[in-house]
Formats: sequence, C-alpha cells, structure tokens
Amino acid sequence: MTSLPKTAPKKKLGLVIDLDICVGCHACATNCKEWNTGAKSAPLTDLNPHGKDPDGVWFNRIHTFETMSDTGVSRTVHFPKSCLHCDDAPCVTVCPTGASYKRDEDGIVLVNEDICIGCKLCSWACPYGAREYDETEGVMKKCTLCVDKIYNENLPQASRAPACVSTCPTGARSFGDLNDPNSDVSKLVAARGGYDLMPEQGTKPVNKYLPPRPKQNGLDTAPRTLEYVDNSTDAAPLLARWVDKILSV
Amino acid sequence: MHPAKSVIYFTTATGAGYGLFFWLALLSFHGHIPANNAVGFHLMPFVMLAVAFGLVISGLLSSTGHLGHPERAWRALSQWRSSWLSREGVMAILTFIPMSIFAVYWVFLGQNTGVPGIIGMVGAFMALVTVFTTSMIYASLKTIPAWHNIWTKIGYLVMSLMSGAVLGIALTSVFGLTDVAFHLFNPVGLLLVLGLIIKIIYWQHIHSDKAVSTAESATGLGRFGKVSLAASPHSADNYLLKEMGFSIARKHAAKLRWIVAILGFVLPFILIGVAMHYLQDTAKLLIILIAAASCLLGLLFERWLFFAEAKHTVTLYYGQDKV
Ligand code: SF4
Ligand code: SF4
Ligand code: SF4
Repeated sequence: MTSLPKTAPKKKLGLVIDLDICVGCHACATNCKEWNTGAKSAPLTDLNPHGKDPDGVWFNRIHTFETMSDTGVSRTVHFPKSCLHCDDAPCVTVCPTGASYKRDEDGIVLVNEDICIGCKLCSWACPYGAREYDETEGVMKKCTLCVDKIYNENLPQASRAPACVSTCPTGARSFGDLNDPNSDVSKLVAARGGYDLMPEQGTKPVNKYLPPRPKQNGLDTAPRTLEYVDNSTDAAPLLARWVDKILSV
Repeated sequence: MHPAKSVIYFTTATGAGYGLFFWLALLSFHGHIPANNAVGFHLMPFVMLAVAFGLVISGLLSSTGHLGHPERAWRALSQWRSSWLSREGVMAILTFIPMSIFAVYWVFLGQNTGVPGIIGMVGAFMALVTVFTTSMIYASLKTIPAWHNIWTKIGYLVMSLMSGAVLGIALTSVFGLTDVAFHLFNPVGLLLVLGLIIKIIYWQHIHSDKAVSTAESATGLGRFGKVSLAASPHSADNYLLKEMGFSIARKHAAKLRWIVAILGFVLPFILIGVAMHYLQDTAKLLIILIAAASCLLGLLFERWLFFAEAKHTVTLYYGQDKV
C-alpha cells in the first residue's frame, strides 16, 4: 500500500550523522555495499566495475563540500548521504504499484522488489537522490537501514546496527529511535542542533545531520592556493631549468 | 532530466490522440460530421478514429516500454488513491470504454449523434481528464520546480487540444469535408496562439531566477557561507546523474525554443490560415498536411525541452547551486 501509515509509526529508526567528525573515508559506503550485496536487496549490481567508467548500485555515497564565508573563511565538509527514511516520503506516495512502502512498526522505507515495475518515478520524487535503479534487475533499490541486520537474532547485540554505523572508524554515525526523546540519538540531536536536509521540500526526514563545530582557533588563515608549489619550469632557478632541459631531451 | 524517447512519445502521442478524439466527438455531437445511419463499415470515421486510437495506444505502449518489468505493468493500476501515475493508468483504461462504444456506433452503425453522441462526449471529457492525470505525474513532483507549477498542467491540456484540432483539420481535409474543417478553423487558430502564449509564460517562469532549493539548503551548510562541491562521491556518472543530471546549455535551450515556437505554433498558424482561405484542392490539402506535420514535430521538440530543461534537486549534491 503506497499511502503512508495512517498513524505515525511508534518508532522512527534512523541515523544521525556528525559532519564534524566524518573524515570522508568511504568506509561506511563500502561496508554498506558489502552487507547489502548479500542481503535483502542482493545483488547490488555493478556495471563495468573494472573499466574506465564504473557504475553500480550504492545505497550510501560520500560527497565532499567546501564552504566559503563572506570573510573568506573556508571549510571542507565530508558529507555521507543515504535514504533519510522520511516521515512524509514522496517516494512512497508516487509509487503506482505499492512496491514502495513505509513500515508501520519502525518507519523504515522499503521496496518490494517482487512487484516493482521499474518505472523510476520514486527516484524522481526523492529530493535527495536516495533511490538506486538496478539496470540489470529492472527494479528500484535503496537503503534498507539494514533491516536484516538490526533485528538479526543470530548476531550479537552489539552488531545489530546498520553496516555503515558498525564500520565507521570515527564514530560519526549513530543509529536509534528518533521518535523517543530519551534515546541517545535524540539527545545527541538536541544537544548538537541536528537538522533536516532540504526542509522546504516537506519530506520530514528522520535522519538528522549534526553541523560541524565552530573552529577552535577562530579564523582560517591558511593560504587558499599553495603558491610556492609551482610546476612550471620557467619559475625554477637556473640550475633546475638546466637539469630539466637535460632530462627532457 | 534525461529526455527519454519513450516518455516524449508517450506524452505527445496520447495528448494528440485524446485531443483528436475530443474534437471528433464534439463535432459529431453537434451534428457537424455527417453520418449516414446505415449498418455496415464506414471508412471515414474508421480512419479518423483509428488515428486517434492509434496515437493513444501506441503512446501508452511506449510508456510501458521503458519499464524495468513491462510484464508487471498491470500492477500500476492498484495505487490510484495516492499515485498520479496509477490514476493515469486507471483513467486511460476507463476512457477506452466510452471511446470504444462511440467508435463502434459510428464506424459500424453510422450513428454519431443522439445517444452515441452523448457517449462520445463522455469519452471526450474523460480523455481530457486522462491528459490532466498525465500532466500531474510531472506537475506533482516537488523535486522538479520546472514541472511543479500550474503551467505544466495548462500546457499539457492546451497542447493536447491544439494538436488534436490540427490533426482534425488535416483528416477532415483528407476526406474532402471542407465544411467540417472550417468548424475547426477558429478553435485551431485560437489554440495555436494560446499554446504559444502559455509556452512563453512557462519559459519565463522556469527561467525566473527564483530558487526553490539550493546547495546550502540541501547540505544545511549555508550557515558557513557559499557551498560548493569539492569532490563527487564517484569518479564516473552514476544512475542519479544519468537519469536526473541531464542538463542542456542555456544557449542551446534558447535556440530550441525558437524551433518549438516556429514549427509548433507560428508555421502551422500561417499555413492553415493561408490554405483554408486562399488555396483549393490538392495545394490546400498539401499545405494543411505540412502544417500538421510541422505542428507535431514542434511538439516533439517542445516535450524534449520540457524534460531536458528541468533540473532536479539531486543535482544540488553534484555541483548545481540552485534549482
Ligand atoms: S530520502 Fe528519498 S528515498 Fe528515502 S524516504 Fe526520503 S524521499 Fe524516500
Ligand atoms: S520504480 Fe518500483 S518502487 Fe519505484 S515507483 Fe516505480 S514501481 Fe514503485
Ligand atoms: S565511515 Fe564514518 S568517517 Fe568514514 S565516510 Fe562514513 S561516516 Fe564518514
């Protein structure tokens, strides 16, 4: 049924991503691929994986942004992004088949691949680019919040977290119930001013992002370009230019 | 957005087919198209309705052609409570009922007024509702501001009526029904002018520099200043960029808009006007057919641009600064 749950889910499981800590190592994306290519949505097909333009299904992608203030202070922010399991998920309501759904019990947004017709409309409706079409299988796939890991009784309690959270070497990712104001994740969001991506789209994402903390030493005074690294031979001293000439013969 | 051929054909062909049906039903209802009230096969209505049905059916088939699982297409009829795509499918199928009854009456019984005429009008109304549901598939997507506006809906309806009327003039002229063609003359002129005005307003609208979402709101990093992409997640284009990252340079878009305006609206307007008033027989028919071809070709360009110019919010994560 692609209408959203009538009563708000009791639990809202989701991720909290700390942009202050993330170092952009891509470990979360790699472990995501590793777990999910053998889990519910398996396989996460790759196209041309060893060629020049590799492509494939990834549920989590790490972007890196740069910010520049009016006063010339810059920052580099690594930015992992996966499905935000929105409360008002447009990807669910546009789906013509009922393949896209949001679970009553925990708010996880999933795709039933057995009835998906591969119309791609849900990927057009998601503002965040969190849906991944599998060319080979002709169906839509997406982050499942590792639904087959977080409830898996064959795993020790400590491992019952999404693969990205389990693997993050810096502890930039937390997982929990964002509907419970007393959960660790909710407290973290409250303490750090966690925010929604593109709130103007009205999707009410469950996942929250924690902003980078203020810089400890105030201003960024590092030069914007490394002027002293100059590869052009013209600027090099005479001896270096001779050496360059001789070696270039 | 990636301008997929299947979807361009789907929207233009079904629009023209439904539009043509609308005019055929309306002209019949008012008794403007003669029917000879005899049981038997009637070629004229058969050909005209075959064009309308052919456009609609081939358009719908083309839309299922781009599915990952076309054999499951029937499942798309289930979620009409929430999904415009589903509503479109349901409406398309329901519309075939009055359309087909009207066609049988006219083609095999030679009747197109009275009760059959009313059934035809029901079909004509449902055809327009179906075109509206098609437009809502696109207009309902908040992620694509170039589609999420009233001009998308009005545009789809007017282009459908317009191309249908142009085809109507062409087909009635082929059968030498000069009087009938004249009934369509004013609507065609009006719709061609209206269509062009709506397109111009639409283009103005999507190129007004108002931003719905920005790289700052997409990342929440606007508090630190201007946000720009420093490194993309992948070294090559992924599904998101191939499907939603398509963008066409503004200067090409401007050129293509001229092509749309001339082929789709201006040329058909002049040619039909000249042909209907100053030409006779073969020359008249030839020019009208050229006008119809030009109009349909212009609309294909129009639809291509509709997709190609539309920017999706996901591009904000890949270097675009606003949509
Ligand atoms: S992030 Fe996108 S795919 Fe995930 S629930 Fe929200 S709209 Fe749907
Ligand atoms: S691609 Fe599949 S899940 Fe997405 S809207 Fe179409 S049928 Fe639903
Ligand atoms: S694993 Fe952790 S630190 Fe590495 S990119 Fe993912 S969130 Fe950032």
